[in-house]
Amino acid sequence: MVPLWWHIALGVTLFVIGAAGVLLRRNILVVLMSLELLLNSVNINFIAFGRYHDDFRGQIFAIFVIAITAAEVAIALGILVALVRNKSTLRVDDVTMMKG
Amino acid sequence: MDQAFFLLFASASVIAALTMVLARNPVHSALALMACFLQVSAIFVLLEAPLLAVIQIFVYVGAIMVLFLFVIMMIDVREAVLQRFLPGSNLPALALLVLLGIEMLVLVLWSDRFAVTEPVGQRSVGAVRALSVALFADYLLPFEVASVILLAALVGAIVLARKEPS
Repeated sequence: MVPLWWHIALGVTLFVIGAAGVLLRRNILVVLMSLELLLNSVNINFIAFGRYHDDFRGQIFAIFVIAITAAEVAIALGILVALVRNKSTLRVDDVTMMKG
Repeated sequence: MDQAFFLLFASASVIAALTMVLARNPVHSALALMACFLQVSAIFVLLEAPLLAVIQIFVYVGAIMVLFLFVIMMIDVREAVLQRFLPGSNLPALALLVLLGIEMLVLVLWSDRFAVTEPVGQRSVGAVRALSVALFADYLLPFEVASVILLAALVGAIVLARKEPS
C-alpha cells in the first residue's frame, strides 16, 4: 500500500509548480491554468486524507472544489475575452486598470 | 504493485505540470495540463475514489480544457507566444517559492502522523452509494448553493462575453 505522505508530497510538488506558474509567468492564460493546477493539488490532499481516515467528507469537499472551479473558469474566461476585446493584450503587467 | 503505479502516475503528472509552466505556446500549456489532469484522475482511481476520477475527466478534460482551447483559438496569441519564460527575472518570487516548498516538505516529513501506510477501514463495494447518500442527506444545502453559484457564473459569463452595443 502507498504511504500517505507520498500523496501529500505529490500535492506539495504540484502546488509549488502551480504557484511558480502564477508568480513567474506573464501570460494571463497560463496564470489561469496554473490556478487550476493549484486547486487540483488541494483535491489530491483532500481525497488522500479521506481515504486513509475512512471518511467521505474528503471526497465531498473535492466535489465542491471542482464545482467552484468550473464557475471560476467560466467567469475568468469571460473577463479575459472582454479584456482582449478592449485592450488587446495578454500580459499581466499591462493590465493596470484598477491601480487607481 | 500499487507503489509502482503511484510512482508512474505521479512522475508523469509532475512532468506534465512542468511542461505546462515552461511551454511558450499557450496551446502546448493547455494540452500538457490536460495530460496532468488525466494522471491525477488515475491517482484518484488508486485512492479508491472512482466517482471523483470520472468527475475529474468529465469536468476538467471535457469541459474546462475545451473552454480554454476555444478561448485560445478565439483571441490572438501571436504576441503572447513571443513572450519568453525567464526564471531569473523575478528573484523575490523565486525565493518565496523555494521557501514555500522547503517549508511544506519539512513539515510533512517531520510529522509522524503522515507515515500511516494502511487505511483505517477497508472500504466496501457500495462506496459510491454511501458517498451519494452522504452528499444528498448531510450536505444538501451546500450542494444547492453550489448549483446557484454555477447558475450565476453561467449568466455572468454570457453577460461578460456579449458584444457591447455601440
